[in-house]
Amino acid sequence: MSKYKVDEQGFYGDFGGAYIPELLYPNVEELRQNYKQIIHTEDFQKQFKSLLKDYVGRPTPLYLAENLSEKYKTKIYLKREDLCHTGAHKINNTVGQILLAKALGKHRIIAETGAGQHGVATATVCALMGLECIVYMGAKDIERQAPNVARMKMLGAKVVPATSGSKTLKDATNEAIRDWINHPKDTHYIIGSVVGPHPYPDMVTELQSVISKEVKAQMLEKEGRELPDYVIACVGGGSNAAGLFADFMDHEEVGIIGVEASGKGVETTESAATTILGREGIIHGSKTLLMQNTDGQITEPYSISAGLDYPGIGPLHAHLFKTGRGKFVSITDVEAMEAGLELSRMEGIIPAIETAHAFAIFKYLDFKEDDVLVFNCSGRGDKDLETYRKYFGY
Amino acid sequence: MNRINKALAQHKKLISIYFTAGYPQLEDTSEVIKRLAEAGTDVIEIGLPYSDPLADGPVIQKSSEQALKNGMSTQKLFQQLKDIRKEVDIPLIVMGYFNAMLQFGVEDFCKECEAIGIDGIIMPDLPISIYERDYKALFETHGLKFVPLITPETSVERIQTIDALGDSFVYMVSSSSTTGGEKGFGEEAMSYFKRISDMQLTNKLMVGFGIKDAHSFEQASRFTSGCIIGSEFIRRLTNEGMHGIEPFIKSLK
Ligand SMILES: Cc1ncc(COP(=O)(O)O)c(C=O)c1O
Repeated sequence: MSKYKVDEQGFYGDFGGAYIPELLYPNVEELRQNYKQIIHTEDFQKQFKSLLKDYVGRPTPLYLAENLSEKYKTKIYLKREDLCHTGAHKINNTVGQILLAKALGKHRIIAETGAGQHGVATATVCALMGLECIVYMGAKDIERQAPNVARMKMLGAKVVPATSGSKTLKDATNEAIRDWINHPKDTHYIIGSVVGPHPYPDMVTELQSVISKEVKAQMLEKEGRELPDYVIACVGGGSNAAGLFADFMDHEEVGIIGVEASGKGVETTESAATTILGREGIIHGSKTLLMQNTDGQITEPYSISAGLDYPGIGPLHAHLFKTGRGKFVSITDVEAMEAGLELSRMEGIIPAIETAHAFAIFKYLDFKEDDVLVFNCSGRGDKDLETYRKYFGY
Repeated sequence: MNRINKALAQHKKLISIYFTAGYPQLEDTSEVIKRLAEAGTDVIEIGLPYSDPLADGPVIQKSSEQALKNGMSTQKLFQQLKDIRKEVDIPLIVMGYFNAMLQFGVEDFCKECEAIGIDGIIMPDLPISIYERDYKALFETHGLKFVPLITPETSVERIQTIDALGDSFVYMVSSSSTTGGEKGFGEEAMSYFKRISDMQLTNKLMVGFGIKDAHSFEQASRFTSGCIIGSEFIRRLTNEGMHGIEPFIKSLK
């Protein structure tokens, strides 16, 4: 029995569950009762695998980054999720959930998005399947992520600005949940990370676990063993991390490292380092670690990368953190930008700024020369060029 | 007998008003309560504002945001209500989101409520399964009625489970929507009100969400014990201030 899988009640140790208004109960319950069974049908698996292969472009390569390995005197592999269709791991989840929505007979799809990557990945699969798509996006993020807004519109999605609260990802998520309350019958909510009420964290982890499965096979081929010494990923809500960690969590000999964004530093008020600044509480229907004031009012996170700008982390990660199974490191804006530049210069890969955070850990952690590290290269930097350009003055 | 149950035992249609504590001004809380009681309101729901109120529409979102900006907090609310029982005897229910209660400490929260003379609690995002397992005994020890919600989508079986959890009233959400909807009550809503009423539950029924005037009040209370009005009351309070309270309550009768 896995120590890190969700239990019957939807909890990972102390975290998870479904703290939702009764108004949402029928929607979430329908999903809870059906998701496992649907995902495990032969029909679903066949379609899912076929789309991942021919549409998304899987398996993504496991690339040995020799220049980086030489510099840091350890063996560094990159799992190239940045080469997925639409530019990030997010599409693994949306392909799976759109098939699930179809199996449930839903014809209206809603989603939240921060940087716009999940919004684009959702709009993409909706276009593919001919389903109506509504994406909630914070009014502030609509301004700072214009290219992704245009992509969603071009794909036929309706982008609705979330104007409540801080007008960013947390508020877009609130709006999507409210939409779902108002459309209990015909709508499926494609959540973009391993957050939200049970069964979402488990379901999204399962759909993203294709990353982990491929790494095992590729490790065997390249290293003659399935298990690396460390798996490393950035954590916003935690879906690319959960996807990479999934099949390694129960192998205690594999080190698990999650990388959070500390923005301008954990000592400032502008940060998103949830494991350091957060306490146990409830956000978006899940009991987890989140940034909040003493009264339980959720506080505003900050990171230069919109995809890590979330005040919570998925309950699985809260559990990995609390049990000590996972190590969490936090990286500032400045460190992430430098690491993004370094990966570009040394390997010819411009990463998403979210992804770049993971590559900045060498300042804080030492590895042995014969260690094998697998980094999740979760996304490419196209969407962030404007931010990079401004930052480096190109 | 608990004040809520005393009110429910009267043979009349109850008017229950929701308002956001600390709104429009931080120190308005007890003044709003007093005026509501004087105007003939039967039950008051005191909203503890929350940063992320998932079940609420734009009007309550805005009032909550403003109240928080004004400096409203859990501690502050309990302070404001400290002497409220010297002023009013009306049933008082605290309505909020579970994270606020959790951070204060559920037991401490219940103790404070009991000390003040609060009669019940509505926490829309505290699931009934967790309430029953972890908190039911605690609420009962402190004399607090837990008011569960049902919606048109709630199954008969689940309604029976919910009914067994409490012994005051069930909050019937009028339609599948967040608060402040403007849909009005058509045939579908009316038959839902009747259907639930015909189930003859142990708990009384109060209808909330989407009630805004004497007509919708009459419709929603025809088969039930009364109605809960939130967004429309807050709209009035915003536009007309304290003076708008009495005429609004009178207009419902
Ligand atoms: C490239 C990339 N990596 C990581 C993330 C963070 O999300 P998660 O933690 O769910 O993987 C995002 C979110 O937008 C992203 O676009």
